[in-house]
Amino acid sequence: MAAHGAVLSLCRFIKPFGGGRLGNTVKVFGTTLTSHRNKSGLNGDNIPPPAKYGGRHTVTLIPGDGIGPELLNHVREVFRFSCVPVDFEVVHVNSALETDDDMNNAITAIRRNGVALKGNIETKHTLPASVKSRNNVLRTSLDLYANVMHCQSLPGVQTRHKNIDIMIIRENTEGEYSSLEHESVSGVVESLKIITRNNSLRIAEYAFQLARDKGRRRVTAVHKANIMKLGDGLFLQCCKEVASGYPDITFDSMIVDNTTMQLVSKPQQFDVMVMPNLYGNVVSNVCAGLVGGPGLVPGANYGRDYAVFETATRNTGKSIAGRNIANPTALLLASCMMLDHLELNDHATSIRNAVLTTMNETRLHTADIGGQGTTLEVVQSIMRIIQSKGQLTSEF
Amino acid sequence: MAVALKRSLAVLVKSLGGPKWWQQASRSVSISASLSRVESPPARADATFKVTMLPGDGVGPELMTAVKDVFKAGDVPVEFDEFHLSEVQNMASEDKLEELLSSMKNNKVAIKGKIHTPMEFKGELASYEMRLRRKLDLFANVVHVNSLPGYSTRHNNLDLVIIREQTEGEYSSLEHESVPGVIECLKIITRAKSRRIAKFAFDYATKKGRNKVTAVHKANIMKLGDGLFLQCCAEVAQLYPKIKYENIIIDNCCMQLVQNPYQFDVLVMPNLYGNIIDNLAAGLVGGAGVVPGESYSAEYAVFETGARHPFAQAVGRNIANPTAMLLSAANMLRHLNLEYHSHMVSDAVKRVIKQGKVRTRDLGGYCTTGDFVHAVVENLRHRPNY
Repeated sequence: MAAHGAVLSLCRFIKPFGGGRLGNTVKVFGTTLTSHRNKSGLNGDNIPPPAKYGGRHTVTLIPGDGIGPELLNHVREVFRFSCVPVDFEVVHVNSALETDDDMNNAITAIRRNGVALKGNIETKHTLPASVKSRNNVLRTSLDLYANVMHCQSLPGVQTRHKNIDIMIIRENTEGEYSSLEHESVSGVVESLKIITRNNSLRIAEYAFQLARDKGRRRVTAVHKANIMKLGDGLFLQCCKEVASGYPDITFDSMIVDNTTMQLVSKPQQFDVMVMPNLYGNVVSNVCAGLVGGPGLVPGANYGRDYAVFETATRNTGKSIAGRNIANPTALLLASCMMLDHLELNDHATSIRNAVLTTMNETRLHTADIGGQGTTLEVVQSIMRIIQSKGQLTSEF
Repeated sequence: MAVALKRSLAVLVKSLGGPKWWQQASRSVSISASLSRVESPPARADATFKVTMLPGDGVGPELMTAVKDVFKAGDVPVEFDEFHLSEVQNMASEDKLEELLSSMKNNKVAIKGKIHTPMEFKGELASYEMRLRRKLDLFANVVHVNSLPGYSTRHNNLDLVIIREQTEGEYSSLEHESVPGVIECLKIITRAKSRRIAKFAFDYATKKGRNKVTAVHKANIMKLGDGLFLQCCAEVAQLYPKIKYENIIIDNCCMQLVQNPYQFDVLVMPNLYGNIIDNLAAGLVGGAGVVPGESYSAEYAVFETGARHPFAQAVGRNIANPTAMLLSAANMLRHLNLEYHSHMVSDAVKRVIKQGKVRTRDLGGYCTTGDFVHAVVENLRHRPNY
C-alpha cells in the first residue's frame, strides 16, 4: 500500500518536469515529418546510437511493393546462410492507404536503427495531390542528401558499351523534388525548383570526398546553367568552390542534354558525376540502361545520420512480381553496400563476389538480361559459391 | 538425408511465400540434390567460430567442461580460446587481462564464468570483473527469466526479461573518505549511458516481439540521478510507438515480482537495482543454476549465467547445475547464426529438465553434474517428427 502511494506521488512529481521536456523530444525524435530545411534544430547529441549490440546490427527492412518483398526475402536468406550478423526489423508500408501512419512508422524505425534496406514503394498517380511520394518523404525527412550509384559493366552481361565505370552522386532532397507547386492564376501552375548554397556545397563536398576515397581522378558536374542561370549557376559555383580544395581531382562541368548524348555514345569518358536532383534521376536511369538495366545496379542514399539502401533506379517491377523471374542482383549488391556501410566488409566482399561470379554464367541470366534463369536459381547459385569459398555458412 | 534436404528446402520456400513457388522449388530440388554437402552443417575444418572462454572461479571450470562436452558430442563448430583469470587464486595480472582483451578483439564473443572478487580492500577499488566490463564497454546485461517446463516452482510460465546497465551507477568504483569516519560512494548516472541502455531495452523488445518496457528506478528519493535515467527512458520510448512504456519504483517492483510477476515483460534499470532484481527473478524460477544471462557492448557479446555466483563451496563436488551455462551457450550459438546447433543444445537441456529423471541437488534431485551432462548428450540427437 505504501509503495502504491509512492508511485502516485512520483507520478505527480514527474509530470510537471517531464511534461516540459516531452514537448521538446517530440520535435527531436518525433514522427512529424519535418522537412530538411527546418531540421537545423536537430543537434548531434540527440541522436541515439544505432542498434548494434555484441557486433550484431539491426536493420530496418521495408519490403515495399512489386518485386520488393520477394527479392528482400532472398536477401534475408543469403544473409542467414552466410552468417551475416544482421537482424532485420520488417516494417510494411501499405501504398494503398492515404494516411501517413505506415510511413511515419517506417521513418521512426529507420531513426532508431540508423540503416534501412528497402524495396520501392509504389506512388499511385490516382491518389489526391496531397499524397506525396512515400519514397520522397522518406528521403527528405531523414535528410538523406546524397544518392550514390555505381554503374559498372559486368563482364558476363552483353551490352552495347564495355568498360563503363561511372559513379553518380545525386542531390536527393531539394531541386525539382521540393513538392512546392501551386496554381497562382487558374490555368497557370508554378513548380518551384529550389537550389540552396548549403545543400549544393554539401553534395559537392560529398562527391569530391568520395572521389578521393575511391581513388578517382575526375568529377563532372552536370547542370543546365545556360538556361537556369541563377539556380543551376549557384550549384555550379558551389562545385567550383569545393573543387578548389581538391587539387588532386580534375573538375569539369557538362550541360545535362549534352551529358545524356555523350553517355549513350561514349560513356567511358565519365568518372564521377555530381548533379542536382532531377538530372540525377534521368542520368542514373540512362547509366543503368547502359550496363544492363534496372535489375543490376544498386543504389544508396546517405545522410549525416542515416543511410537507406535500395536499387539504383527505384523500380517497383509490378508486372513481374511473384513470377520468380526478377533479377535479384541489384538488391543483393545494394545489401552488400549496406554491409560495407556497417563495416562488415568481409561479408560484403564474399557475397558481392558470389553475385558477380554468378552473373558470368549466361545460363543463369534472368529474363531482363536476355536469359531464362529464375530468381531462385540465381540465388541458389550464389549460395553455392559462398559455401565453396570457405566462408562460414549455416545450413542451406 | 533426402528428407532433411527436402525439409530445409521447404523452409526456404515457405519463407519466400506463395504457393506459386512450389513449382519452381520442386525443380530446384533436382539441381541442389547433386550437391551432397548441402544437408550437413559446415563440415570443413576452417568453418569454425572461435570463442573466447573465461572459466573464472568456483564451479566455472566445471560448467565450462560441461559446455565443451556437449559441444563436442553435438559437433558444434566452435573452438574455444581459454583464459584463466582469477583474483582469489593469484592468477590475475594486467598482462593476462591484456591477453584476454586481444583475444576478445578477434573473437568478439566470449563465454564466461564468474571471477570472484574478495570483499577485503587491497588498494584496488575496481575488481577484474568490473575492469573487464569497462574495457570491453559491456554496458547491457540481459537476463531472460523463463520458467522451465517440468520443474515447477511457486510461479510457473514466467517469461520476463531484465535489462541492466552495468558500467556506471553505483558500480563506479569511486569511493573516498572525505573526513575520517565519513565515506562517500559516488553513484554516477549519465545521460548518454542512460539513453543507450534505454534504447537497448527497446531495441531488444522490438527484436523479440515484446510489448512492454518498464523502467525501474528510485526517482522519488534520487530525484536528479534516477530522475535523469527515467527521463532518458521516456525520451527514447517516443521512438517506439508500438511498445508500451511504464515505470515502477524499485521497492514496489520487488514486491510485485514476488506477488505477481506476470505483469512484467521487459524491465530496464540502472546497475545495482539490476543486480538485485536479476537474483530475485532467478530465484523465482529455480535459482542461479538455471537462468542464463548475457552482456553486450556495441562490438562484443559475453555469455554467462544470469545470477553470477562462483558457488565456491561446490567446487570439485560434482553437484553444480550446468543448465544455466548450457542455455547460455545455446544463446551464444544463436548469436553466432548457428540456429540449428542452438536449438539442438537448448532442446536437449529442456528435454532433460522436462523428463525430470535427472536432476541436480538444487532442483531437489540426487544427480551429479556429470549425470546431467550425460543425459543432455543422450538427448542431443533426438529429432522429433514434426
